Amino acid sequence: MSAYGRMHRKEDARFIRGRGTYTDDVNLPGMLHGAVLRSPHAHAAIVSIDTSAAEAHPKVKAVITGETLAGLRLAWMPTLSGDTQAVLATDKVRFQGQEVAFVVAEDRYAARDALELIDVEYEPLPAVVDARRALDEDAPVIRDDLDGKADNHIFDWQAGDKAATDAIFERAQVTVAQDMLYPRVHPAPLETCGAVADFDRVTGKLTVWCPTQAPHAHRTLYAMVAGIPEHKIRVISPDIGGGFGNKVGIYPGYVCAIVGSIVTGRPVKWMEDRSENLMSTSFARDYHMHGEIAATRDGRIQAIRVKVLADHGAFNGTAQPTKYPAGFFHVFTGSYDLAAAHCEVTGVYTNKAPGGVAYACSFRVTEAVYLVERLVDVLAVELDMDPAELRMRNLLKPGQFPYTSPTGWEYDSGDYPRTLRLALDMAGYDKLRAEQADRRAAGGPLMGIGISFFTEAVGAGPRKHMDILGLGMADGAELRVHPTGKAVLRVSCQSQGQGHETTFAQIVAQELGMSPGDVEVVHGDTDQTPFGLGTYGSRSTPVSGAATAMVARKVRERARVVASAMLEASPEDLEWAEGRWAVRGDPATGKSMAEIALAAHSGLELPEGVEGHLDAVCVYNPPNLTYPFGAYVCVVDVDPGTGQVKVRRFVAVDDCGVRINPMIVEGQIHGGLADGVGMALMQLMAFDEEGNHLGASFMDYLLPTAVECPSWELGETVTPSPHHPIGAKGVGESATVGSPAAVVNAVVDALRPYGVRHADMPLTPANVWLTIQGRPFRTDLAIP
Amino acid sequence: MQVPARFEYERASSVGHALMLLERLGPEARVVAGGHSLIPMMKLRLAQPEALVDINDLAELSHLAVEGDELVVGALVRHARLLADAEAGRLFPILHDAERVIADPVVRNRGTVGGSLCQADPSEDLSAAFSALRATAVIQGPGGARTVPIREFHTGPYETAVEPGELLTELRVPIRPGSGSAYQKVERRVGDWPVAAAGAVLVIHDGVIAEAGIGLTAVGAAHFAAPEAEESLIGQVPGEEAYARAGALAAAHCEPQSDQRGPADYKRHLVGELVRRALARAAERAGRGGLR
Ligand SMILES: Cc1cc2nc3c(=O)[nH]c(=O)nc-3n(C[C@H](O)[C@H](O)[C@H](O)COP(=O)(O)OP(=O)(O)OC[C@H]3O[C@@H](n4cnc5c(N)ncnc54)[C@H](O)[C@@H]3O)c2cc1C
Repeated sequence: MSAYGRMHRKEDARFIRGRGTYTDDVNLPGMLHGAVLRSPHAHAAIVSIDTSAAEAHPKVKAVITGETLAGLRLAWMPTLSGDTQAVLATDKVRFQGQEVAFVVAEDRYAARDALELIDVEYEPLPAVVDARRALDEDAPVIRDDLDGKADNHIFDWQAGDKAATDAIFERAQVTVAQDMLYPRVHPAPLETCGAVADFDRVTGKLTVWCPTQAPHAHRTLYAMVAGIPEHKIRVISPDIGGGFGNKVGIYPGYVCAIVGSIVTGRPVKWMEDRSENLMSTSFARDYHMHGEIAATRDGRIQAIRVKVLADHGAFNGTAQPTKYPAGFFHVFTGSYDLAAAHCEVTGVYTNKAPGGVAYACSFRVTEAVYLVERLVDVLAVELDMDPAELRMRNLLKPGQFPYTSPTGWEYDSGDYPRTLRLALDMAGYDKLRAEQADRRAAGGPLMGIGISFFTEAVGAGPRKHMDILGLGMADGAELRVHPTGKAVLRVSCQSQGQGHETTFAQIVAQELGMSPGDVEVVHGDTDQTPFGLGTYGSRSTPVSGAATAMVARKVRERARVVASAMLEASPEDLEWAEGRWAVRGDPATGKSMAEIALAAHSGLELPEGVEGHLDAVCVYNPPNLTYPFGAYVCVVDVDPGTGQVKVRRFVAVDDCGVRINPMIVEGQIHGGLADGVGMALMQLMAFDEEGNHLGASFMDYLLPTAVECPSWELGETVTPSPHHPIGAKGVGESATVGSPAAVVNAVVDALRPYGVRHADMPLTPANVWLTIQGRPFRTDLAIP
Repeated sequence: MQVPARFEYERASSVGHALMLLERLGPEARVVAGGHSLIPMMKLRLAQPEALVDINDLAELSHLAVEGDELVVGALVRHARLLADAEAGRLFPILHDAERVIADPVVRNRGTVGGSLCQADPSEDLSAAFSALRATAVIQGPGGARTVPIREFHTGPYETAVEPGELLTELRVPIRPGSGSAYQKVERRVGDWPVAAAGAVLVIHDGVIAEAGIGLTAVGAAHFAAPEAEESLIGQVPGEEAYARAGALAAAHCEPQSDQRGPADYKRHLVGELVRRALARAAERAGRGGLR
């Protein structure tokens, strides 16, 4: 009997009763409240800060400025990319919304009131808003705090074989180029960021409650940066209301809450509000891409080359493995059999918030997939070929796996044509094309059909290639089996809604022949769980899930020895069948995990050299990434009179290897598809020429609702990962990665009668209308 | 969490009591109805009233009924209630068209008709709808009640004819036999404020347009109306040509601003398009019997 399959999520019992515990639900005796004063300017020198009036407020306990922090050597902190970031500005402010001062007061109202009593004198400076002007000779230098820095350049990075790629382009029968922008978007979790810090002056112990996707990494970084001994730091990540990469990094507010608790000797809570979250915390994307694709006239794709200008904001805080400043962008060759490929990425500073997170994008795979899937469609137009046909012709064949891509990835497994065919069949592709042809002939309403086929690289990652700030990306797991046969699994990754408490219990149950209900999953508390790097980049099931299976197998092997003593047989003569250890060929002798656990804790005589109990620990270092893939088909209707786009249908066939709980998998896909519709059609953080943030509330930063989403039509194929203990590949980001291109391809397809070949996201009514007029515009800048 | 600045709070038990409280608390006091415009502004500290007078208990402002040849809508009628009212929808489909696309159910459950009009946001949907309908606002002050035609009610962005110390108590909408009406809005997403929107009311007698009302919002149209377009329709045979001409006139006479919802010329284009569509729908409804 399999423990896999659909089952209700164990965590939902508390969530649907409103009994979850989020960071803002943590209330400690004597707790104070913090508020952050933020910069109104995108770029300005700080002339002076006068906090005296705020300090005189009767309810204010402390006012912290950059100067205070400088005394503690905490005015600057390292970012996840090895840059530095101001905790509280000392010299200049470098983006609108940057942290300038922190007030600690008896309640939230007083803390907020006191912000208005702080007098900061600024001297405004010209701002770098347009990434494409950041490297101009006369561009103002943003990071003059860095030694000898005289421009806004961060890095140049490349991957692939330039010479081989250029050679193909020179000879190619057909080449097409397309500029495209993947605009700056925000993860926008429903729960904003925040922290409750409690420094105990007696024990010297610091406890931080904080919705972090990576509690262990936070603990280690606090130890390294603040100099508090690591065993005196406890990070508790309670229930999290969505993360999407927004909750990977350490924000200035967390450091301020900690310092606030240290200086006042009382717990300090700081929760940011919606605007603060949208303005100052990690954004995603902001890639200005120039892609080129080379092919034969009969539609064989040969090579792709790309130049990217990456806007990293004022501090390079991108989250990705150290080796890869552009994340996994170089997986941009996608699902196709190319002879060569090359990319160059240049990172620049601008006067915008730092970040650049794996917003459901597995380290820039989203940008990569969007690039290649748009390029293929542009090529299809150029060749006047059906985009499904063009893809089918170029997809990797099942026999080519494991496949080494031109940029060095080793794809583990796949049967791409089968997945695409299923998606086309589910969509009724030929009928849709016929309907479109009829409409076009009749001059009827516009409709478009868009396809995308994606391959992701997730589950970071092998230690020898992947670390974040020197911390390797292997995950631990601990499993205890109590005498009565109930188990407690402790994992390092942290759920933000992915249902780990259910899925991971199912993995243990499957390995040990138990019921998932008998396995409790503990996570999110560094004092109670083993080290690991957390949940992002779709890595939980590929890494921590593998660790879970492996630790359960260790327990199973220990159980085998105990069972052999119970059955008075040698361990080699036992077999694991139907969730029990039995004498080979005699299933009636089988001992269940509960029976074995009791025996393991009893007075039973065990073989020499074998300890009692069944508990085990393990660390899983993934041998490779996993490569989920999928085929998406989107159908849209477009009103050319208003520019409005309606997503009529969306077919998503995902292959994420073995599905442990299909219901949870489908939930992840539903969310990701909605996200993709949002990015393609409405989500946008634009800035005006002064660097003012134009999307700082949910009235302006639009998230899609059920009304914008069709009833998703899901399909699946299963190609297990050969190197993962249970063949699972991870699915958290697949749909966000794969869907934007399908939506944009569909809209562009609808606009083909107007000669449109490309339009940048988001395809708002205004953008669609302007595109029809032949007047595309820069969606990252304010509309003129 | 966003938190407002300090304020006093009083709950009124009658219109008279509310007026007394407003007088006592002075010009820095504000009425709060559904609170869906005022409270967000207070949380952002864009509004910092010293006191709030809560009128949510005033049942006398919650009436919604036909009185003689008018539909009377109390200022405290919630969006949801207006949307659910079959008679209002039958008489004035424009109101249901508009209500269906105002905000979301949560906002509609609390937000009020009076609050919408008094907020006087230049993008308010109901302002355009009532302007098209040529409604009359009834305002009550310490000295008694007065009426103001809706096209004189809005005196500027976020400014109305309601003086400090006064309350908007109701809207009166004339019922016109032979009329049809409709509302058309383009939004970036459901629940969004309009990029542009247009409402149309047509009274058709003997195959020609006898009366026309056109309301516009979010496009800088004075008093949320399009008088030039309305005039062009009088005496015309209903049809695409007349609608297109009216649309073009409405587009020419408004003053949309470029913002994140779109550039001015796009909004101007939308005015033409939406006026045309709203007129066609209104005429269709009038033709289907509309109101006898
Ligand atoms: C998320 C969201 C989306 C929205 N989308 C739209 C939209 O798409 N289209 C649209 O048109 N509107 C929209 N709105 C606005 C919504 O319709 C208004 O918030 C609401 O109807 C205003 O009414 P209220 O009762 O909430 O007013 P309140 O917020 O209580 O008051 C608003 C103002 O009117 C004054 N006031 C209220 N009642 C009276 C009275 N009887 N006499 C005198 N003064 C009074 C108050 O003092 C205050 O100044 C949206 C609001 C939100 C929160």
